[in-house]
Amino acid sequence: MLKFFLSRLGTFIPTFFGVTLISFAFIRVLPGDPIIVMAGERGMSQERYEALRAQYGFDQPIWKQFWDYFTGILQGDLGNSFVTNRPVWDEFFSLFPATLELSICAIIIATCLGLPAGVIAAVYRGKFLDRFFMSTALIGYSMPIFWWALLLIIVFSGNLGWTPVSGRIGLLYFFEDTTGFMLIDSLLSGQSGAFRSAVSHLILPSIVLATIPLAVIARQTRSAMLEVLSEDYIRTARAKGLSPERVNGVHALRNAMIPVITVIGLSVGTLLAGAILTETIFSWPGIGKWMVDSIFRRDYPVVQGGLLMIAVIVMIVNLLVDLTYGLINPKIRSR
Amino acid sequence: MADTSAQTGRNVLRDGGTRPTRFRTFWNSFSENRGAVIGLWVFLAFLFVAVFAPLIAPYDPSAQFRDYALQPPVWQDGGAWAFPLGTDALGRDMLSRLIHGARFSFFVGIVVVVVAASGGIIIGLIAGFAPKWLDTLIMRLMDIILAFPSLLLALVLVAVLGPSLLNAMIAIALVLQPHYVRLTRASVLSERGKDYVTASRVAGAGQLRQMFITVLPNCLAPIIVQAALSFSTAILDAAALGFLGMGAQPPTPEWGTMLADAREFVLRAWWVVTFPGIAILVTVLAINLMGDGLRDALDPKLKRS
Repeated sequence: MLKFFLSRLGTFIPTFFGVTLISFAFIRVLPGDPIIVMAGERGMSQERYEALRAQYGFDQPIWKQFWDYFTGILQGDLGNSFVTNRPVWDEFFSLFPATLELSICAIIIATCLGLPAGVIAAVYRGKFLDRFFMSTALIGYSMPIFWWALLLIIVFSGNLGWTPVSGRIGLLYFFEDTTGFMLIDSLLSGQSGAFRSAVSHLILPSIVLATIPLAVIARQTRSAMLEVLSEDYIRTARAKGLSPERVNGVHALRNAMIPVITVIGLSVGTLLAGAILTETIFSWPGIGKWMVDSIFRRDYPVVQGGLLMIAVIVMIVNLLVDLTYGLINPKIRSR
Repeated sequence: MADTSAQTGRNVLRDGGTRPTRFRTFWNSFSENRGAVIGLWVFLAFLFVAVFAPLIAPYDPSAQFRDYALQPPVWQDGGAWAFPLGTDALGRDMLSRLIHGARFSFFVGIVVVVVAASGGIIIGLIAGFAPKWLDTLIMRLMDIILAFPSLLLALVLVAVLGPSLLNAMIAIALVLQPHYVRLTRASVLSERGKDYVTASRVAGAGQLRQMFITVLPNCLAPIIVQAALSFSTAILDAAALGFLGMGAQPPTPEWGTMLADAREFVLRAWWVVTFPGIAILVTVLAINLMGDGLRDALDPKLKRS
């Protein structure tokens, strides 16, 4: 197990190094001088230009710049935003809870609907329910989620007036963010209606973000279940007279869960990419919207830092999934 | 399994005892899947629309009929047959724009798949045949690209290159490429140990001949399936980039860009928002259905049901 752990870590470190190299390279190949971009419309004097170049280290040789950048990252220093002048690290972590809250809700929706749908489809293989769930899943999988979001807004916000169009909570509520999770904070604040408002803001974005993972989980659960259902031990369980619920729900599902859990773990990348579109449409103040806004504002340190942070999060989650998988299934370790 | 052998048996009889051709076997198992066949027909219909767009479309996609701005589709009050699917905010005919949009989507799909697949196959073959250090280096590089969520990496790449449809295609091809590298390398590694490869080496085949003529044709099945699936991913991602303002620029009638233009009318004119999305969904769905059928027919190992 230790060998497996070390070998996975051994691939993690070079990948991490490469990811920092790529996010570093982006700012160097961008057309235009970042300092000039910073100056914006106002322009600046030659002395000020030189001073800023020195301040941001652009006058150093390129390897030195990368070294400073890399050692900075290891100490949690991603540079400062050109626009707000706040550290990118702080901005990231002040917005991250919003994205995390959205992603957690989305993955809960996706799992709670996708797992049963996949199990039912496998058990009723070839029947109406199977075909219905699987066609729905394929539609969900093919869905342009930004359009799906607009449709939901038309129906639920426009026609029915049930949900607000944007933001995380009504403007009339104000409270300290203790945890950064609006659902929890609104409950803690004790203001009547605050929690309701938070839920109504959260519901549409979570559905939109859940759509693709939901389809993937349903499809994966079905195929994993079908594989397990043809195993000998399932026939044994049936033969000794266990009820179908027990066979399907306990014997089969438990063994089918391993690939499904992997898929859930690996959907973090999908979620973060989906968050870019979802947050932009619903004006959700998370890192997806922050990244898009920064790209348009040419706020390079933010783009660079955000790209790096997102990649690192995806890598860490994938590593954890891999390690858990090795822990559960000893066959994987020897590979 | 029993199904397939029965099929083959029937064919043998029909063809008078000869073995069915490879295409025949493929088609038999592909056409068993009703969804896949429907997907194929829809795909062909869209291909037809894309190729003959200027002939089919009633108007020029950028012609503005200012007097008829935001006219609803024909079946709603205020609609007219002149503009069957209504007009957008500048009075451009929705139907004509959608028909021309098909061209962009297919263009994107084909270019991205060709670039990503040919690049990926070559790199994958090299990795599969190369000495260990080069193999490790290439695969590590692919891991690095795969660590970024693909849409985010494409978005940042386009921001670097400058927003345009061409740059969006380059970016999408670049982020899809590692999948082909991995697939090709995996099949190459499993094929390389087989006897026919050893035999060709003994017969004196050079490295290049082995790579492209001996091994590659036997690795194609999963690559073809991947090509179908990444065709739909390319269309979706290009539309998403267009929607974010980082793909095709207005007034190009690209479906994602059309949706971006339509955003402010979400609550006033449902048709400018609904139709481009349906076009994307139907195209992507048809290709995915086809891809599922292809996978079942070409790659029995991956068969899901």
